[in-house]
Amino acid sequence: MSTARVRRRPDPIPGTYIFDGEMAQKGYALNKMCYSFNEARNRQAFLADEDAYCRRYGLTNEQREAVRSRDVLEMLAAGGNIYYLAKLAGIFGWNVQDIGAQQTGMSREEFDAKLAAARVRRAS
Amino acid sequence: MARILGGIGTSHVPAIGAAIARGVQNEPYWQPFFAGYPAARAWLERVRPDLVVLVYNDHGLNFFLDKMPTFAVGAAPEYRNADEGWGLPTLGPYRGHAGFSWHLIESLVEDEFDITTCQEMLVDHAFTVPMSLLWPEGSVAPPVVPIAVNTVQHPLPKPSRCFALGRAVGRAIASYPDDIGVVVIGTGGLSHQLDGERAGYINREFDLLCLRALAAEPEVLTRLTILDLVRLAGTQGVELIMWLVMRGALQEKVRTVHSHYHIPVSNTAAGLLVLDNAA
Repeated sequence: MSTARVRRRPDPIPGTYIFDGEMAQKGYALNKMCYSFNEARNRQAFLADEDAYCRRYGLTNEQREAVRSRDVLEMLAAGGNIYYLAKLAGIFGWNVQDIGAQQTGMSREEFDAKLAAARVRRAS
Repeated sequence: MARILGGIGTSHVPAIGAAIARGVQNEPYWQPFFAGYPAARAWLERVRPDLVVLVYNDHGLNFFLDKMPTFAVGAAPEYRNADEGWGLPTLGPYRGHAGFSWHLIESLVEDEFDITTCQEMLVDHAFTVPMSLLWPEGSVAPPVVPIAVNTVQHPLPKPSRCFALGRAVGRAIASYPDDIGVVVIGTGGLSHQLDGERAGYINREFDLLCLRALAAEPEVLTRLTILDLVRLAGTQGVELIMWLVMRGALQEKVRTVHSHYHIPVSNTAAGLLVLDNAA
């Protein structure tokens, strides 16, 4: 049977989240909320009353806690997809280097230096 | 009959659009990146395309997880950009070419690529940034027909399938009855990873291999799986598949007009490749 191969979970790559069907189901409410932030009035509504806005989208407790704590790794674990989470991060004034620094436990300066070092360093 | 003049692969990072909006192209951080583009624009001025087919990935502007097409073809008279949530100015609208779109759709489905068709389709930075780089303010861009590829939700289309889609796009262009010149653009990449503890991953050796292989032996890249690409190029480095669609549309032998590579642009390694179809 060829179905086993299709169903097999991919080999994990350390520090990497594969956003597959399982994650897409798990993260649906959180991602749907983040998708709404394409519109300025929704970003303002979130800022005006974060609790009410999260309730409106039916976030799970895990997702609500991840958003409350502003913890990107927790948001990913709760099914968040980085493309949608980036819209939430924009509300907090974070760009992708800020997000990278937070996830890797580095200061912003250290993370920027890591990126610049890739000019000469081998991938690791 | 329509002719394929060549193809371009280019990065599409939002920060590039922000840099253009702020007019900081000559600042030390940006100059080495933007220095790559005059050669690409000079080639476009020489070949003067009548039409562009632009292959990109939507990052949550037009498509959400409620409906996620693997391949979607624009069939609109024009394409609008909109707020993506983090402050890029809204650009466009961009002229489409509905007549060519429907020819492309007919031809792709005949070729057994059962794509989604979109008579309305908002285009995000992965479309607008390359257009701004290649047709800056003050120049007139040709009409564009966009093809969106899913890179948001796995399973993503395999590199070999994306290359095959490019082949089918090439056949569609070749069978279009009007005598027009077409350039195919693939956007995204090169290596980068935004999410997870591995964020900031960049793989210079692999990117440089890709730039060479895309021109000379793209089959090397089509043998990779999506997971291989995630491992070698990062979770968002899979955007190489858009470049593979572009490459697939060209003939087997192409001439590299220009190749440019710079680290870092935002969290990415930025790449630019211009391939002329008249080898």
